Amino acid sequence: MQKYKKYFKPFIYLIIFIGFIIIGYRNAKPRYKPENFTDIFNDFSWLGNWPKWLDFPLMQPLNAGFDWLIVNYGMFFEGINNFLLGLYTSMKDFLVGLPWPLVIAIVIFITYFASGKKTTTTVMVAFCTFFLGFLSPRYWDKCIMTTCIVLIGMGLCIVVGIPLGIAMARNKKVRNALLPVLDLMQTIPSFCYLIPGILLFGLGAVPAIIAIFVYAVPPLIRLTDLGIRLVDKEVIEASEAFGASKKQTLWGVQIPLALPNIMQGINQCTMMSLAMVVIASMIGTRGIGDEVLLGLQQLNVGMATEAGIAIVLLAIIFDRITQSYGERIQERTQKKKKIDYGKN
Amino acid sequence: MAKIEVKNVYKIFGDSPSKVLPMVQGGSTKEEILEKTGHTVGLDNVSISVNEGETFVCMGLSGSGKSTLIRHINRLIDPTSGEISVEGTNVMELDQKNLIEFRRHKMSMVFQRFGLFPHKTVIQNVGYGLEIQGKDLSERNKIAMEKIDSVGLNGFEHQYPNQLSGGMQQRVGLARALATNTDIMLMDEAFSALDPLIRSDMQKQLINLQAELKKTIVFITHDLDESLRLGDHIGILNHGRLVQVGTPIDIIMKPADDYVAAFVKDVNRSKVIKAKIIMLAPEQFKSNGTKNRNIIKVNEDSFLDEFLPQVCCTDADVEVVDKSGNVKGYITEKELSKALTKSEADVLTKSKTY
Repeated sequence: MQKYKKYFKPFIYLIIFIGFIIIGYRNAKPRYKPENFTDIFNDFSWLGNWPKWLDFPLMQPLNAGFDWLIVNYGMFFEGINNFLLGLYTSMKDFLVGLPWPLVIAIVIFITYFASGKKTTTTVMVAFCTFFLGFLSPRYWDKCIMTTCIVLIGMGLCIVVGIPLGIAMARNKKVRNALLPVLDLMQTIPSFCYLIPGILLFGLGAVPAIIAIFVYAVPPLIRLTDLGIRLVDKEVIEASEAFGASKKQTLWGVQIPLALPNIMQGINQCTMMSLAMVVIASMIGTRGIGDEVLLGLQQLNVGMATEAGIAIVLLAIIFDRITQSYGERIQERTQKKKKIDYGKN
Repeated sequence: MAKIEVKNVYKIFGDSPSKVLPMVQGGSTKEEILEKTGHTVGLDNVSISVNEGETFVCMGLSGSGKSTLIRHINRLIDPTSGEISVEGTNVMELDQKNLIEFRRHKMSMVFQRFGLFPHKTVIQNVGYGLEIQGKDLSERNKIAMEKIDSVGLNGFEHQYPNQLSGGMQQRVGLARALATNTDIMLMDEAFSALDPLIRSDMQKQLINLQAELKKTIVFITHDLDESLRLGDHIGILNHGRLVQVGTPIDIIMKPADDYVAAFVKDVNRSKVIKAKIIMLAPEQFKSNGTKNRNIIKVNEDSFLDEFLPQVCCTDADVEVVDKSGNVKGYITEKELSKALTKSEADVLTKSKTY
């Protein structure tokens, strides 16, 4: 029995594989199939070109499943839609309603304290913010729309991504289950979920937020997981040796030490959100992205470039704020400071 | 009763250790098992017992299983088979909750690469054990300051560990272990990462602290001089097997096998052996009939190298006295030469050829 145990798993896989082929054969249209099943073994011409009956039917069940989802859980998606849309609209209306110098002042205030009172970063971010409106007055409100979408998408990413990353670092089974999902999310073309997003949530900001989530959450999960696993083993051992429970080790040691990596993940998340929000303009999301699209549609290169620069400026603002906050955490835990040998 | 008892502990690293266990118990060597099963033998039938208030040094080269052994005592690693008891409680039977309580109150640990929390200041690091125990901040800081004081780091309490030098960092580690005031301290190559000068400094500090606190210490090291200096008993590990357990003098004078003999070959004996160990009792000295010569008075705890030059220069005998001046015994040239040559066996063979 011991001897055959290692053949067990491959055997199961083989059965599943054969099952797939049988399903494919049975679902193929009769005109594609040979008249008799046994003909396959007499006439080997099907070995030349890929035979039409060797076709796994994935499309029909996916369509059916999608329809079923819309019919039965429409209310659920409607709820999500209303919630996110409400959040987005109130946030946007509030920021658009504020006088623009006040918005710049708020950005300066946030940057100043996030970067640990660094003047150069603050001045640079202030200039970038000013130039958003200075490039073209139209851009100001559109940048605020884009910012709101990015912020909500990021919030969603953080709320879901960081706990998942932590769970992944602590449990190998969760890790094994999540990794292929993350791979899928990162490789699948974005239009594959943008268009179904429209079907589920309608046109506008909400499918963009969902798309941002799908596109930007994998790096955050991965970096959180990596950060927690990279924490020095001896430090964790030390906390265990003093009788820390798992919870105490996680909150007291692992998360604080993984924070630079998690911040890096949030930074990545922001950048990818901005990239996605531009693509999302193609499904009718309003924001600075549709200026690029408009420029391209009219073959107005200058306009497209101008809007492109606005996006870059927006990216710089986001990057500086998150990056400098991450650096500040990192300074304490990793960088060597000047050693003070004054005493001893 | 012994404070810490480790009985017949086996530890095998690999996929299915319990299957390999009978082979190890059957006497196969580490290499055979690695070749046949791909499992690594960490510990092979190790039994030690550590008495209250003593320093037990566990010595061996890297890969000999010494760090594995020390992690069994607080169950950072679970043994494949065997028994471990501390103060009469069987550590193996503790569930998760009791194990945490046990670690909080019974023992503390010092690590080779210090294991300090880089995001906490010195005072927060030292108070960590108390924080975990649930003590409030003011009490924590009070005790932590005392311990920082006792390792000589005052003024540094609000620095972060990476602002300190290696020696200072390890003192923080030591203070952290002292802060929980546990009876048992586990020190895993605590001074190995330090440079020699600071290391001997730290050893001195540990000896002084130990004279005051009388903790039960299990100390891991690969440095023989360190183990001879600190240990009341020394256990020597080789390939996961305990080769010899004994007092420092036992180890030097009667090495159990070639491995230990090779280890102790180059030791400077005069720096390790204390006067009281080789002295003759007063009666023996008299009955030997040695004629009275010059006499040098020496404290019983002094090492041979402290009075050896004097003996050689003045051709005198040594009178060993305790702190209050009572005569405890005598040392003649014969005892000195016996103590300083390779081993007792060596002395015997040499004397035969004369």
